[in-house]
Amino acid sequence: MARVVVLGAGVSGHTAATFLKKWLGNDHEVVVVTPNSKWNWIPSNIWVGVGQMTVEDVVFELAPVYKKAGIDYRQAKAVSIHPEGKEGSDKPFVTIEYTDPSKQGETEEIEYDYLINATGPKLNFDATPGLGNGKGQIGDYTVSVCTAQHAAHAANELSMAIERMKKGEKQKFIIGTGHGMCTCQGAAFEYIFNIDHELRKAGVRDKAELLWISNESFLGDFGIGGLHLKRGGYAASSRLFAESLYVEKGVNWIIGAHVSGVDKGKIEYELLDGTKGEENFDFAMLIPPFSGVGLKAYNKAGEDITSTVFAPNGFMKVDADYTPKPYEEWKASDWPRTYQNPTYKNMFAVGIAFAPPHLISKPMKSPNGTPINPTPPRTGMPSGIIGKTVAMSIRDMILNGATEPTHTASMAEMGAACVASAGKGLTDGLAAALTVYPVVQDFEKYPGIGRDLDYTFGEIGLAGHWIKHILHHMFIYKAKLKPGWTLIPE
Amino acid sequence: MEAIEKNIKPYEPSYNTMVPTPIVQFFRTCILWQIVRFIVINLKMIRVVQKSHH
Repeated sequence: MARVVVLGAGVSGHTAATFLKKWLGNDHEVVVVTPNSKWNWIPSNIWVGVGQMTVEDVVFELAPVYKKAGIDYRQAKAVSIHPEGKEGSDKPFVTIEYTDPSKQGETEEIEYDYLINATGPKLNFDATPGLGNGKGQIGDYTVSVCTAQHAAHAANELSMAIERMKKGEKQKFIIGTGHGMCTCQGAAFEYIFNIDHELRKAGVRDKAELLWISNESFLGDFGIGGLHLKRGGYAASSRLFAESLYVEKGVNWIIGAHVSGVDKGKIEYELLDGTKGEENFDFAMLIPPFSGVGLKAYNKAGEDITSTVFAPNGFMKVDADYTPKPYEEWKASDWPRTYQNPTYKNMFAVGIAFAPPHLISKPMKSPNGTPINPTPPRTGMPSGIIGKTVAMSIRDMILNGATEPTHTASMAEMGAACVASAGKGLTDGLAAALTVYPVVQDFEKYPGIGRDLDYTFGEIGLAGHWIKHILHHMFIYKAKLKPGWTLIPE
Repeated sequence: MEAIEKNIKPYEPSYNTMVPTPIVQFFRTCILWQIVRFIVINLKMIRVVQKSHH
């Protein structure tokens, strides 16, 4: 009997664990370790953040789903990985610390035959002074939509701001990225335009100033170096469409910015040209930068091998080319295909947890040396595909004796379908429905724009909103393992 | 025309992009047209999903 331990139950980890259990059946064990008791459909947190959905609409309890699936579920956080075992035992194991209230703080060692690190990001609010509270959590001055609970708090603050505007007060909103090395510009994009939509519905849009601030060198970068769409016979940059929407909705923007500090009602920032500035605000949502969750790794002798297993940013090394090289020498083949750790072959990292070889967008920094460039996003579709792909490889290793991973899923060889909401409403909602192929640009295969124009497209409209709402219900249905769940593609 | 008249300012960044005219804005939320786009967008997405699963 083999045991697969999956650390994390987000899109990638949950996909990997549920498919693995389905394929391996009761002859083998699948253990999921996650500090959360609930699964969260993260894309809909935006709607929680503007009061259009509740927390209950976007989460469900994991325990009954895993019990039904026969998955051993531990509500705990992973603390360390011991891929060589310890003195007296060669069996690799992880150490966990329970967050389950009935076992709070208890630690345990769980041995594994295969390990999938799907721990996702640490929301590193403290990387920007004032954005965090100094203890790893969000500070008091801004709101967040990264978790369902954060988003509910943001909705509450938004409703209070709307009340103030209804009484005649003007309010200034700043939405964007809270550090020069953030990703998730798409989520901030959705939030600012959903706020715009809600303010218009409330009849107070004229009382609001909306300001976008991000680390993108051009609007529409989204962490993927932008994209090109066919429009009217032209290959048109996403910059045109992004700027178009911002101007249409009266949203001003500051780009190429590293937010260097946050205080009550004020942000400070540095721009790519080295100049510094400040902006006041009444309401601010700034995405924090991401890092790995802080897992440590130890060898058999108990020596710290964290730097062997993980990149400096805390994400796990996989089969990527991590050789430092300038942007002009980047290749699509730098990106991982199997997500297998190069040192310990029974260990994989999926979703946001794997260490990318480098950015997708071009690296940039200010004359002061401050890096100001988007880091690579891993959205739902690639994360799900990667999780399922690694599950297929592990299945083949367990059931068919494969000695190497049997399936691949490079982000330079897959596309992504993304739907960016710009307002919720059955008859007046809007969303930008996009497909990008491939996610990571391949300038050798597609000279000039790095992507296949026949498979990269986008348009904004009510249809996109309908699709986004359907995807909300569809992916929660799939995650709950309801009948036919395997028929819904990642 | 409100977006064009109110939000474009000469020689500011808003001057150098494209802003939708009322007919474009109308079709974005025209139910009949958006039903057509719903079908087309779904077909395009299915193509990309199929191409991405190896």
